[in-house]
Amino acid sequence: MVGAAETLSATAIGPGFARLAWVVAVLPLVSAALTLFFGKRTPGRGWIYGVAAMSAGFVLSVLVLWHFVQGGGAVGSSVTWFTIGPLHVEAGQYVDGLTAIMLIVVTAVSLAVHVYSIGYMHDDVRFTWFYVVLSVFTAAMLNVVIADNLIQLLVGWEVMGLCSYLLIGHWWEERINSNAAIKAFITTRIGDVPFMFGIFVLIAATGFHSANIQQVGELVGGPDVSRGLVSVAALLLFGGTIGKSAQFPLHVWLPDAMQGPTPVSALIHAATMVAAGVYLVGRMYSVFLHAAPEVLGFVGIIGGITMFGAALLALVQDDIKRVLAYSTVSQLAYMVTAMSVGPAGRDAAFFHLFTHAFFKALLFLGAGCVIHAVHSNNMSDMGGLWRRMPVTFWTFAFGSAALAGIPPLAGFWSKDELLVAASKGHAVVFTLMLVTALVTAFYTTRMVMLTFLGPYRGHGEPEEAPAVMTGPLVALALGTVSVGFLGAALTRGVFFKWVFFEVPEPVTFVLWVATLSILAAGLGVLAGWYVYRERPEPDPVFQLGWLSSVLVNKFYLDEVYMNGIVLPVRDRLAAAAVWFDRNVLDGMVNGTARLTKDLALGTDEFDRTVVDSAVNGVAQAAGFTGGLLRYLQSGNVQRYAAFLFVGVVVLAIVITRI
Amino acid sequence: MNSGWENWAISIATFLPLVGALVIAFTPRERDRLVRSLGVLITAGALIAGVVMAMGFDYGAGHGLQFEVNARWIPVIGARYHVGIDGISLPLYLLTLALSFLCAIYSYRFVPSPGRTKSFLALQLLLETGMAGTFIAFDLILFFVFWELVLVPMYFLIGIWGSANREYAAIKFFLYTLFGSVFMLLAFLGIYFRSSVNGAHTFDIVQLQQFAASGGFTKAFQLVAFVGVFLGFAIKVPMWPFHTWLPDAHTEAPTVGSVLLAGILLKMGTYGFIRVALPILPDAAREWAPWIGGLAAIAIVYAALACLAQRDLKRLIAFSSVGHMGFVMLAIATLTPIGINAAIFGMVAHGVITGMLFFCVGSIYDRYHTREIAELGGGLMQKLPYLGGVFAFVAIASLGLPGLAGFWGEVMALLSSYQPAQALNTGLFRAFMVAGGVGTILTAGYFLWMLQRVTMGTLPERWRESALPDVVTVEWVSWLPLLLAIVALGVFPRLILGVTDGAVSGLMRLFGG
Repeated sequence: MVGAAETLSATAIGPGFARLAWVVAVLPLVSAALTLFFGKRTPGRGWIYGVAAMSAGFVLSVLVLWHFVQGGGAVGSSVTWFTIGPLHVEAGQYVDGLTAIMLIVVTAVSLAVHVYSIGYMHDDVRFTWFYVVLSVFTAAMLNVVIADNLIQLLVGWEVMGLCSYLLIGHWWEERINSNAAIKAFITTRIGDVPFMFGIFVLIAATGFHSANIQQVGELVGGPDVSRGLVSVAALLLFGGTIGKSAQFPLHVWLPDAMQGPTPVSALIHAATMVAAGVYLVGRMYSVFLHAAPEVLGFVGIIGGITMFGAALLALVQDDIKRVLAYSTVSQLAYMVTAMSVGPAGRDAAFFHLFTHAFFKALLFLGAGCVIHAVHSNNMSDMGGLWRRMPVTFWTFAFGSAALAGIPPLAGFWSKDELLVAASKGHAVVFTLMLVTALVTAFYTTRMVMLTFLGPYRGHGEPEEAPAVMTGPLVALALGTVSVGFLGAALTRGVFFKWVFFEVPEPVTFVLWVATLSILAAGLGVLAGWYVYRERPEPDPVFQLGWLSSVLVNKFYLDEVYMNGIVLPVRDRLAAAAVWFDRNVLDGMVNGTARLTKDLALGTDEFDRTVVDSAVNGVAQAAGFTGGLLRYLQSGNVQRYAAFLFVGVVVLAIVITRI
Repeated sequence: MNSGWENWAISIATFLPLVGALVIAFTPRERDRLVRSLGVLITAGALIAGVVMAMGFDYGAGHGLQFEVNARWIPVIGARYHVGIDGISLPLYLLTLALSFLCAIYSYRFVPSPGRTKSFLALQLLLETGMAGTFIAFDLILFFVFWELVLVPMYFLIGIWGSANREYAAIKFFLYTLFGSVFMLLAFLGIYFRSSVNGAHTFDIVQLQQFAASGGFTKAFQLVAFVGVFLGFAIKVPMWPFHTWLPDAHTEAPTVGSVLLAGILLKMGTYGFIRVALPILPDAAREWAPWIGGLAAIAIVYAALACLAQRDLKRLIAFSSVGHMGFVMLAIATLTPIGINAAIFGMVAHGVITGMLFFCVGSIYDRYHTREIAELGGGLMQKLPYLGGVFAFVAIASLGLPGLAGFWGEVMALLSSYQPAQALNTGLFRAFMVAGGVGTILTAGYFLWMLQRVTMGTLPERWRESALPDVVTVEWVSWLPLLLAIVALGVFPRLILGVTDGAVSGLMRLFGG
């Protein structure tokens, strides 16, 4: 986050393309509309609009970044959106180096996924619709990134959630897919409600005048807002992160989200949307910094548990996408944990977000090629594919090495920055990161070996994917090799000159940290290779007794949630509400009607015609099928109205004497 | 006073349907086509008059009455024909005219059994006058007359054109609402006798507001009178625990009946709180607000739970209204400008969205002849992709997705309850806010579960062979404006807030909140 002084100086430097960042966000909205209305009539069934919009968006994003490469400051602009009472809400953009980097991440991965899906989704019945949602999603994510206020951010945030729901449930004919979609939506919304309340706290702190992120950032550091309030706001905001970035205990939706088409997993559930939670903490970092230290401590604890726990779960998966899903949860937790160690950790977390987007998208798309070829998600149906699918294998190998933290790939550099940040006085975090790195290297090696090495165990003759699918793999692999250097000492860490909190921090290469990091990665890879070199059957990870059962059952969280919350609420509590409605509330209504009838103004006739039918005794009600008009014409209602009127007047006279 | 057109506009728009009802009544029964066309033309005429008024409306002066008419009516009791439009009335007034028009279009093709097109349309038109009049009346007696005028046509619409259990539902609706009206009228009379403007009693809402603002009513009186108007309005909304007439009425009513019931009738109650209860009885409002907020919070959670347990699609949507109106009432109970604005936004959004949901359910029933979720059995999007798609879209709007109309009313209602008016207990309202937040999660839950069971999955065997038509032209014509409004209000909340904000500020100043 950049201070106000910088915002002002921006105008002096000449903002160039940075002012046009909002166009990047609007482009996919246009392509979504075009695809929706003209897609089916367009040759190729409509992918062209999305690909064109993402390409243009990517180029423009690079131009936006160029402003910051030249040392430009943040720019912002906005228009009035609406006013409600004292609250004035704008629709606007705030563009700093972080925004520029996020624009590049989103448009680059989205472009890769748009192109890749031409091949992967080729035979899909809802091909055009798929592209519509893909574009809407990208627009929503870009809106989150450029939003200069929390309301606008929240809108993008939730629309992303909807797109995620639609795409996880893309093949809604199958119950398991729609279940996963609902689970994702509801679980993230459980985090979004506190997030929304956190926004309320901050808006209230401005005196209900503004939701502007920069204003809030300055306000929380000032004397007008108590530390307790800031702490509450930070904790509530973090709820959104726990949901969206799949952190413990709300991480359970992400592995299930793998039911969606694989390109979706790459874009939404690896590179972009799930990173939005991390982005949120970083963007609102002054709120977290000015909160009580326990808040960042809490962030670290959640991140730490998730980081290590998810890595363990990745060990015991057979579904290749679930390995990657738990790996994503774990890597996101790295970023969250790093946020807890201070501004240096925050910047390092963004660097890891940046590199992770490339290699994790690459891994997912590679897994998609494999799944496309062998028609199964299970690694037990794979093996020996390296020879049959060379491009997929080599690019996947680069991605895996990056994930494992092997130098000089991107993941190594960013993980190194995380470790360096944690090494300064955060021994527990540092150790946990190191241990997790070892586990990560192990499960990554296991995944690569089960998938690509040894004999082929599936059916049919798998073939290499078409160029439209391998092309994006190669592009992302190039990114995986290169982007890490942006944050390395080699380039003096230019990345951190673009993305920083308040002041850029110099990048230092700490030899002992790097050595430990390489040792952990190497040890993990070696151990993985040693265990899986002979393809032991059954897999040793399932031979660990109670530990295996705990892990295979995902720490029993799904069972606890289902039997402890979902079913009791959905079935028992809901039924109780309806019972109460029928028997108590409606019972009183009908009872009153019955009582009125019994006390009825002395006329039997009135009794039988009007009130009686209001009694639940349907039999009686059925008795006068002769038409509804009759008793209204019979004069009873008029008589009733007359009684009513007299009563009203009498009561009115009484009441005026109070 | 204004020039000719402005003098007449509001009366034309409001009473044209009443005149139309008479015209239809005297049209020969055999000319069925003509009757249906007349329904469309008359409601179109009223809507055009409304739109012209909206274009002539001075949005900079939304706090004051425009197109005002204040004429002698029943001098013996001091009741006057005082009508007008301000920024609070305008959105609801237009919603009434627009929804009535769309319902007339829908009725052009769909007249439910037992037919009798003439009466069906005449009653719809009568209903329109009653509803529209409620939102422009600035005299308590006139307000009451319009309010009660609505009861009769709706009673017949449910009782004659409803489904199996229609008689019970119609009578329950009629008596329950009437029961509330009695107390409301009682309170109105009390207010009248207690008021004193230039030495005379008055029913005039504007004068009463000023009288109240100057401290004219004692607190003890207000507390009692508030209970009276509360019963009248709360039953209409309906607030928990007075809601049990609603699921029955909705489930049994014909499609257009449900659309108008959910779309407009319920708003008469919430509008009454804003227009009458709060400004005329401000001290009592402050006293009772925590109770209202509490009932609203219960309604939100309770209705969502009840929705989870529904097996009948229409009943589910009906119960969802109770929850949505809970958000509106919670917003009103905060007694803040944000809250009142949110409430009006929520009313319009709910009218558009839930009206549309009832259209969808009506059309589903028209095809399948069942509303049982289990019998529908899923796969709607396979069999009828457009109908399934529209239904899914509207359901998602209803669960409060940002970018669509349902979001703003709810999020701003919750925001306002984070910090209610000064006199109110902040901690208590924050608890309500949390309950509302839980409600949004449950709401998402029941809507998505409903979509899963109705629109997704594979089509059951029994529907495979039947030739069910997808959305037909008449449906598209009557739905498209609503679908567009759902998006437009979601993206440009200023469409409503720009109208209401000034009026609400004016009201709150008067109210002293």
